[in-house]
Parts: sequence; C-alpha cells; structure tokens
Amino acid sequence: METIDTNLSKTQETESSEIHHSHEEEHHGNFWTKYIFSYDHKTIAKQYLISGIFWAIIGGSMSVIFRLQLGFPDADLTFLKPLFGRWITEAGKLDQEFYLALVTMHGTIMVFFVLTAGLSGTFSNFLIPLQIGARDMASGFMNMLSYWFFFAASVVMFASLFIETGPASGSWVAYPPLSALPQAMSGSGLGMTLWLVSMALFIVSTLLGGINYITTVVNLRTKGMSFSKLPLTIWAFFLTAIIGLLSFPVLLSAALLLIFDRSFGTSFYLSDIYIGGEALMNTGGSPILYQHLFWFLGHPEVYIVLLPALGITSEVIATNSRKPIFGYTAMILSMLGIAFLSFIVWAHHMFVTGMNPFLGSVFMFLTLIIAVPSAVKTFNYLTTLWRGNLVFTPAMLFSIGLVSLFVSGGLTGIILGNAALDIQLHDTYFVVAHFHLVMGAASFFGMLAGVYHWFPKMFGRMINEKLGYVHFWMTFVGIYAVFFPMHYVGIAGFPRRYYTWTNFDTFNIFTDLNMFISAAAIITVSAQFIFVFNFFYSIFFGRKAPKNPWKSNTLEWTTPINLGHGNWVGPIPTVYRWPYDYSKTGAKEDFIPQTVPYSETPESNTKRENELAKQEDTFYKK
Amino acid sequence: MIILIAIAIVLVLGILFGVIYRILTLTDIAQKRQVGEQDIDISNNVNALLFGLLFFIGFGAFGWYSITTTDMYILPVASEHGVRTDGLFWFTMAIITTALVLVHIVLFFSPLMFRYQKNRRAHWFPHDNKMELIWTIIPAIVLAGLVVRGWFIWDDITQPAPKERVEVEVMGRQFSWQVRYGGKDGEIGRYDFRKIDAINSMGMDFKNDPKNLDDFTPREIHIPKGKPVLLKIRARDVLHSVFLPHFRVKMDAVPGMPTSFWFTPTKTTKEMRQETGNEKFNYELACTEICGSGHFAMRMIVVVDEPEDYKKWYAEQTPWVEMNADYMKETYPDLRLANNY
Repeated sequence: METIDTNLSKTQETESSEIHHSHEEEHHGNFWTKYIFSYDHKTIAKQYLISGIFWAIIGGSMSVIFRLQLGFPDADLTFLKPLFGRWITEAGKLDQEFYLALVTMHGTIMVFFVLTAGLSGTFSNFLIPLQIGARDMASGFMNMLSYWFFFAASVVMFASLFIETGPASGSWVAYPPLSALPQAMSGSGLGMTLWLVSMALFIVSTLLGGINYITTVVNLRTKGMSFSKLPLTIWAFFLTAIIGLLSFPVLLSAALLLIFDRSFGTSFYLSDIYIGGEALMNTGGSPILYQHLFWFLGHPEVYIVLLPALGITSEVIATNSRKPIFGYTAMILSMLGIAFLSFIVWAHHMFVTGMNPFLGSVFMFLTLIIAVPSAVKTFNYLTTLWRGNLVFTPAMLFSIGLVSLFVSGGLTGIILGNAALDIQLHDTYFVVAHFHLVMGAASFFGMLAGVYHWFPKMFGRMINEKLGYVHFWMTFVGIYAVFFPMHYVGIAGFPRRYYTWTNFDTFNIFTDLNMFISAAAIITVSAQFIFVFNFFYSIFFGRKAPKNPWKSNTLEWTTPINLGHGNWVGPIPTVYRWPYDYSKTGAKEDFIPQTVPYSETPESNTKRENELAKQEDTFYKK
Repeated sequence: MIILIAIAIVLVLGILFGVIYRILTLTDIAQKRQVGEQDIDISNNVNALLFGLLFFIGFGAFGWYSITTTDMYILPVASEHGVRTDGLFWFTMAIITTALVLVHIVLFFSPLMFRYQKNRRAHWFPHDNKMELIWTIIPAIVLAGLVVRGWFIWDDITQPAPKERVEVEVMGRQFSWQVRYGGKDGEIGRYDFRKIDAINSMGMDFKNDPKNLDDFTPREIHIPKGKPVLLKIRARDVLHSVFLPHFRVKMDAVPGMPTSFWFTPTKTTKEMRQETGNEKFNYELACTEICGSGHFAMRMIVVVDEPEDYKKWYAEQTPWVEMNADYMKETYPDLRLANNY
C-alpha cells in the first residue's frame, strides 16, 4: 500500500499488473490502514462525507435553536436546559450572547466544515481519480494528512462548543476589534482562540487537499483524457482547488495577524479603543485591513463552495436528460471567468465600511460582470433540459432544484452588488436571503445531488429513491419557505444578527412571517433526517447496485461494482471521446461511454470523428 | 405549548415516515423490482407534474404576498437620495423578477414536456455559438445599464457634503449611541479616546480644543427638514454601523477611522406621522454591525423638525460642560478667555 502512489505517476498501462498486485495486498491491511489512516481516495472521500454529515446535523440544529428565538420569542425554552445549561436563562430564554454564538457557529460550520470540506473534500477526492482514470491521488499520504488536519480542526472547533465562556460569537466573519478583545464579549476569549486555531488547521487541510487535486488532474489523466475531454465535474474541482490555493493563504495571514493582536500586543487591526473602563494602548491599526484580507478569501470562498456543486449538476443534468450538456466549451469558459473574477470582487462586501467610494464604484462594476458568466451557465442548463428525455432520479431533482435556487438567489445579487442599493440592504435579511439561496442552499443541493448520484459507486448499493423524492420535495419547498420570505423582511430593513426586533418601532412587525420562517426551518431541517436514515440504512441494506445504474458515459462506471484501492482491475481504460455523447444521432444506444473508440461507432460519427477514428490506431499505440 | 405542539408534529411525522417507508420497501419487494428501465415509472411523471404545480403555487404565493402586504415591507422614504435609490431598486427588481419568472417557466415546465418516454430520443444539440453569444450579450447590456445608473446615484451620494450643512457627531459604543452638536460656534470640538472616562464618555478634549466648551450631547438626534445633514461617525470600542432605515442611510462606525455620510431629510416627524397614520411614529437609528450581546438594543430616536423648530431646539440646549463643570478646569485659562468663557 505504501508503494502504490509512487507507481501511479508512471505509465499506468505497462505497470498495471504490478499495481494490481499491490492492490490485492492492500485488502489484507488491518482495520486502521483500511478505514482510518487510509491512503485510498475513496475512503478519504467517505471520511469527508460522513464528517460533513455530522457537521451539517450540528449546524442545521443550531439554526433551529436560534430560529426558535426569532420565530417564537415568547416560547419557554426551559426544556432545552439539560442540553445548554446556563445558556438558557432563568426565564427560559436563550442567552443573548449564546444566540450570537449559535449564529457564529452555524455560519462557520456550514461554510467551512460542511460546504467546503464536506462538498469539495468528498467529491474532489472521490471523483477526480475515478473520472480522469487514475488509480489514486498524486500523493495518497498528503491526501490522508489533509483529512486528518481537517479532523483536528473539527475536534478543536467541536471542543470550543463546550468551554465555559462559550464558543466564538463575533459572527463567522470574526471582524476585529470585537473578535480581538475578550472584554468586548465572552466568546472573544478562549472560544475565539480555539476558533482561530481550528481555522488555521482547516486551512492547512484545504491546501494539502488542493495541491493534490491540481497535481492529480494535471499529471494523472489516463491515455486520451485531454483537458477537452474532461467531465465538467473535474473542471469544476480543478478550478475550485486553484481558487482555494490562492485565497486560503490570505485568510491564514488575516488570522495570524489577529492572533498577534489578541495575544502579542500588536496593533494591526486595533486603534483608538476605549473598552472595559480603560483606553487601550493600540494605535494606528485598521479594522478595515482585516476586512480586506478576510473577504479576499471570503468572496472566492463563495465560488469554492458553489463551483463543485455546479460541476456536479452539469454531470447529473446531462446524464439524466440523456442529452449532451449544452455548450461544453462555454461552460468551461464561464467557470474560468467566474474563477478569475471571484478574486477581484471582494470589496462589494465593504461598500459601507468607510472604504473610498471610488473603490466602491470599481468593485460594483466588477461584481456585476460576474453575473454574465453565471447567466450563461443558467441558460446552458435550461437548454440542456430542453428537448431532453428527462429521468427524475433524486440526483436530477436536486440538480434542477439547484438551478432554481442559483437563479433566485443569484438575481438578488444584482441588487446587492449595486453600491447605491447596498446602502439600504447591507447587513439586512435581504442579504441573508440572498446568500442562503445562492451559496448555502444551492451548494447544499449540489452536495445532495452528488451523494444520490454516486452513492452506488461509493457503497455498491442503491439509495432508496422514493425516500429521495420525499426528501427532495420537502427540502426544496422548505428552503423556499424559509428564505423567500426573508426578502420582504430585508426590504423592510430588518438587520441581521438581532436577538429580537421588538425594541424598534420600525421593526416591530412581521412576527407572523418570522413564525412562518421558523416553522418552515424546523420542518426543513427535520426532513434532512429522512436523508440521514436513507443514507445509513442503504449503505448496509440498500439494493445491490448494477455497474452503471444511470447509463452514464464517464469512467467511474467502468470500474468494478465493489472497487478496491487502485480502482480498475487490470489496465486503466483509454479514453476516446468526450463524456457527453448522450442520444447521439444515429447511435444504437442513447449513451456512448468515453471508452468506446470512434472506430466502433461508424453509424454515429461525424466527418471529423471518422477522421479521428482512422488515426486512433496510430495515436493510441504511441 | 408551541414547543409541545412542535414535538408532537415531529413525532407524528416520524411515525408517518416509518409507515410509508415500510410500505414502499414492501411493495418494491412484492413487485421484485430490478434497477434499470422499470425504474422510470409513474413517479417520473409525478415528479414532473409537481414541478408544474410548484410553479403556480410558488409564484401565486409570491404575487399574492407581494401585493397584499406592501404597507408592511415598503418603508416610507424620507431623504432626497433615498427616492433615487428606491427608484433604482424597484427598477432592478422588475427586471430580475421578469428574469426569474421566465427562467422558471422553462425550468419547471421542461420536466413536464420532456419527461422520459421510452420511445423518444433526446434531441442531439451539443452547442450553438450564436445562442451563447446572444445570452452573453443581452445580460451584459442590461447589467451595463444598471451599473451606469447605479454609478450616477452612488457618485452623487458619496460627494463631499455641501458647505451649508448641519453637522452631527454620532458615536457608537457598547451598547448605545451618543451624539454631539457643535453648539453656538457650530463646530464640533476635537476628541481623544484617551480622555474618555465614565462621565466624559465621548472623550471631549477640553485641554487642546476650546471648541468643546459649547458642544452639547442630547439624547435624541434632531435634524432640520430640507437641509443637508452630515453625520460624522466614529466608534469607541468595536465596530458599529449607523443605520437610518427611513433615510436609506448606512455607514459603519470604525474605531480609529472616522467615517461620514450626508443626506437631506425631506419629511418631518410630524409629516411622517400623518403619512403613515401612526401617531407614535418615530424615526429610529439602529446598529447593523454585530457588536456584542446588546447589538439588537442600540436604538436612538431621530426627530426631523421644520428648520425654525430645529433652530429653537438647538438654542435651548445646554452645553455639556456646564453640567460637568469639573472638566472646565482642564482648559487652559488663556484659551477660556479667548473664547469668552
């Protein structure tokens, strides 16, 4: 097992027997090397997925708790006292600071631990080697380290939930001075320290994973798998990894300077502060600096969680429409455009922070440009569906749901990206509605689509599709019921991160609507347990999966049903065509896998493909 | 009580779910269903139909709620620039709602029109550069229009405040607002965070700036209708954000970096009371940057007066230092003399 990754970079064809040999040996590895400290990208992917599900349950449940406060402010929460202890006050109310801690942890967990690690970590790991035709990642060891750094980050973050002063509570963006001064709120004490330590570990994990993804895609593609034949999933993971590699280090620097300010008396972010009855000695720092550094990651982060979801959706929609994805090249170009633009729009989060208004104008322009490639992607999805032969697997439903959420959340971005309009809407529920739809829910749907679609490949069994349907419809309707009404609340000016709005005459309305949102949130979160049940039940008791249940073209479906480390028994297949030959004119079946040479399909070839067929003999023997 | 009901609902749903799941698995076993072609059965049609249904229910609810509750979610606007940003907001909203509906017509009815049929083949249509070009250019043009309109408004809003203006200093602290006016000379005195103590909570620097001597710090903000008002914004501990919802004003308060925002109120509090039919109506100042456990409670009332009422109110205010005479001693005698105190 230890030798396998050194073999991988060689020409796989010639050494396949040797690799196959070591792959056989690997089955004799003990429990620890097979399931815990595994080098196998598939095992690591499952580790990420199950950790992601664990965190999603925690993060989702937290949202239920604070939605109870917002929707039913008069409710007696004493029954939660056994769980939360003194965070529930004598009067049976949620502690005000605990409310903020919940909001903070919900954001941190969902953005980083669920949608970054759980989504990108799971599917980049699982699909990159399988879809490009590699036996494992470029470095199995680094890949294992990546997971265990994430695990360490998880342990630290989880531990911070139980300390006396409570977890970090200055919101997931952790703006100083609030996050820098323990005097400002108790969550900024040990809780914030642990938050920073956890984030640092998390960034290390992301970088180790990202380097691996990029290297693997560049170096380990099988014979014939040119970049122009890569499935869009791989393009998405590849670009995501590049974005992550370029932006996460900046977050690390932001976090480091914050650690210095907190613990070593520096003044990077602190200046002119009087708090807790004393004037601090810090001068000359700028809280705005932190915001620039944070959002330089923070905005690309949106695309780090969204692009993999869009990649998965492209694959699922094409397969289940039985139709090639429309505009393969345009899809790649728009992803490239989004990836590039994602780095130069960050300050649209800062229009009203006192930043130079001219910068606001520039960032407003760049931000609205990013809507163009997003629009192109949407129209391409629609055209792919149009005149298809649609099969509604749960994965397909979630993909269609994703497109819907991506559009309804993305469109309000056109409003928020406009500096003049952001003045009123900044930090209101309009923003909450916007990013939960476009980033939260859409990415979450991409993740679920991926789980439903590749479940047979992951576990060799089918996940129950009827439960999948119920899960989808409850979640889809539920998500809209939760987040669509928030637009009204936001237009009315309700600020975010408020424990209650009753202090203000202006915001002393919409109690019924908030109750509705909270009820919808509870139902939506509950519906996820249908999935959790279905997931774990089907791992053990699901129907046995056939080799290619969705009649898909991509390489992973050419592997054995229960595949070991090394993925293919015998040589890795050669790739002859792009992954989207669905319902090709003249073809016998409505799909032609990537491994079928053009010379075997004269009936469906175009002129150019007939030319290619003639060259196949010489080209692929080289 | 509500919690009990919620728990009961969860329990009922759980039991219901268990029963349904059992029935489904049993029917699967009874029918000996295999994975593959047979899978595409009636549920494919049901799912397709549900998308169509959701379109009508969803957009029905959207339209109904949007029309019937306008008085709740549309905040009356009371500033000059607010009228313009509101105009752009609803203009943009009209465009994106149109886009939303059009996209969803295709997205939710395609499932119905093109749901799987055994004897049909999907249409082979991998790309069309002309179509790609069209739907790149059209959004680009629309967005360019919105950007340009936004630019004009943004540029006007962020211009330096006119010379003829009322200046109000707003300071955010955990967890309240404090405001200061320039007093007789109309100029707000210098401050220093090191001068802050329990009484001099805004850190007025009497030692170095006699302009502080006539400054007053009322408990409500008063501003005149029709005059440009410049808010000089600062924070003394953590980030806060000045939010005046009716004036469409928002600007962060940053420790160590003073910010500002100017606007022209167009309706007095009295006029607004008539307009909204709410005798108790008040303009309010809220905080929109998380600042700690009391974030939600940082309220201050803003009163817009007719200019002459404002002048009267302004003249009636007592300078802060007159109520805290100890601080007068900090000032150098010669400075005091020079300013006729």
